[in-house]
Amino acid sequence: MQQKNKNNSMTDILTNMNTNVSPVERFVSATAGGALLAYGLKRGGGLGTVFSLLGGSLAFRGTTGHCHVYEAMGVDTNQGGETAPRNFKSGKSKTYENGLLSGKVHVSKSLTIDKSPAELYSFWRNFENLPQFMEHLESVKTTGEKTSHWKAKAPLGQSVEWDAETTSDQENVRIGWRSLEGADIPNSGVVEFLPTANRGTEVKVTMTYEAPGGALGAMFAKLFGEEPSQQVYGDLYRFKSLMESGEVITVEGQTSGREPQAKKATA
Amino acid sequence: MKAVCWMGKHSVQVMDVPDPKILNDRDAIIKITRTAICGSDLHLYNGYIPSMMQGDILGHEFMGEVVETGKAVSNLKQGDKVVVPFTIACGNCFFCKNEMFSVCDNSNPKPEGQETAYGFAGSGLFGFSHLMGGFAGGQAEYARVPFADVGPIKVPDSIEDEKVLFLSDIFPTGFMAADNCNIKEGDTVAIWGAGPVGQFATKSAFMLGAEKVVVIDHYQDRLDFAQANNPNVETINFDDVEVHDKLKDLTGGRGPDSCIDAVGLESHGTSVDSLLDYAKAAVFLATDRPHALRQAIFCVRKGGTVSIPGAYGGFMDKFPIGAAFNKGLTFKMGQTHMQAYMPRLLAAVEEGKIDPSFVISHRLNLSEAPMAYDNFNTEKNQWRKVVLNPNG
Repeated sequence: MQQKNKNNSMTDILTNMNTNVSPVERFVSATAGGALLAYGLKRGGGLGTVFSLLGGSLAFRGTTGHCHVYEAMGVDTNQGGETAPRNFKSGKSKTYENGLLSGKVHVSKSLTIDKSPAELYSFWRNFENLPQFMEHLESVKTTGEKTSHWKAKAPLGQSVEWDAETTSDQENVRIGWRSLEGADIPNSGVVEFLPTANRGTEVKVTMTYEAPGGALGAMFAKLFGEEPSQQVYGDLYRFKSLMESGEVITVEGQTSGREPQAKKATA
Repeated sequence: MKAVCWMGKHSVQVMDVPDPKILNDRDAIIKITRTAICGSDLHLYNGYIPSMMQGDILGHEFMGEVVETGKAVSNLKQGDKVVVPFTIACGNCFFCKNEMFSVCDNSNPKPEGQETAYGFAGSGLFGFSHLMGGFAGGQAEYARVPFADVGPIKVPDSIEDEKVLFLSDIFPTGFMAADNCNIKEGDTVAIWGAGPVGQFATKSAFMLGAEKVVVIDHYQDRLDFAQANNPNVETINFDDVEVHDKLKDLTGGRGPDSCIDAVGLESHGTSVDSLLDYAKAAVFLATDRPHALRQAIFCVRKGGTVSIPGAYGGFMDKFPIGAAFNKGLTFKMGQTHMQAYMPRLLAAVEEGKIDPSFVISHRLNLSEAPMAYDNFNTEKNQWRKVVLNPNG
């Protein structure tokens, strides 16, 4: 689906350009691209320029329905088919499937915690503890023997909720879960507690979820520090600190010369 | 309260800021009675350490009186006199359990920065940039001390502040530098940099049994000061003498068994390589100027040890890996594992084996900090060590 047209006028280029981006994705691209463009222009500087260019190109693919990147990758999400992009990130802990917008995001992260599998398992197994270290979780309520209700913060001050069920529960070894029908962000995963000879426990989280906006959404999230594998890693790090030192170290709320009340001292 | 804030390169200001408060159960609030300016604060002052923010409270050498403790701190109580180590450590992780406190896993709330820059993150440090956790420092009237049940060491009320203040950094730092040399009978230790850490490394090397200690600098006053405090020390002024030749002369041609770089990333020097380093640092091609370190690697004997207490933050150019490799050298370095050394060094002070206050050159009030930074930066040989009194 190579664009061969060599017409000169911009109108010709736009009208003749083939559409290889699906309607929903075009809408997301146009909106997000416009926002990013505006943010980039407001921010200014080198990074601002990068954001503006990226935003501009997203807005372009949104309004025209043509994506140069997709073209180069041989992707067409406007066919309703199963065309998938080549897995150009293989070897990383995270891959995107089924097109850039509607895709699932896989995340896998490990961290060694200097506690026994039993101590870590029992804290995690009480799901109501999880908001203590999972930054985006607001609350988890146990609703049945295998079911629980989850509420999490979403970007832009929104929140998402879902019901989940425990799919596997092997004491001191692993806990698996999946979200039930109707979840805003369908997700499933497993946390494993792997003992080591004398270094504590390797805690490994593997999860998959349908990111809002797919890979494109995930890329956006990354720009604004909300990238899923970072979130999982951050949560694991806080879990480690909480388990090992009994608290999560912070500097939030400490004093500095940046406080509104701060002023140059008079001798 | 009043606090010394970093306002930009070559700019510090005393500001009125809100008092610190307990944020976590293992925190304590210390009313500071004495605090000092460290040579490494000059790295911040000169803009060599990235991730400083305007308004950051400086200072990582301080002591004082406990005024408040969090719920989980049971070993300290109001009124206790304590010295606070500059490295923050949880005491529970693998590294703390193995006495590697300065690479604690759980004390840096912003590990991403160091993970990106260094692969893994070290411990949090007071008043030393957001890369090191962004903790408010101790050049202030009060400070919040995290993991207060592990860090601060109680000292007797009867002992003068000035004798124990430097347990907060430079005495243990100089001592660990010497300890890392694994000194054996008959050893010669050469020390680059006769600043306060070099002075403590000198005393520590003798304490640990070195036969000969050679101090290298180009500030004659500092070399004279080392001589005055250590009757048996040898000194080399690198402006007058070729260092490698002189060290060979002093060791019967063998070279020193260990070399200590107590200079760090802002090394002075006038050789071609150091001039290139100035130029590259000025255009950010390299961030560190390692002339002293290169010379130490060149001068140390075969199979010897290079110990680095001087602070480095980024990248260096022309690291003499060929010399290091072919001579089979051992390198030991890092931020000081403070909590591992403080008890035994406090004991040494109490037993009268050392009085660390010998390094002090200026005693000022906190409000004089901007002037002190400026003078310390430009007149290092005269302004050897500044101690500030927040309540003076």
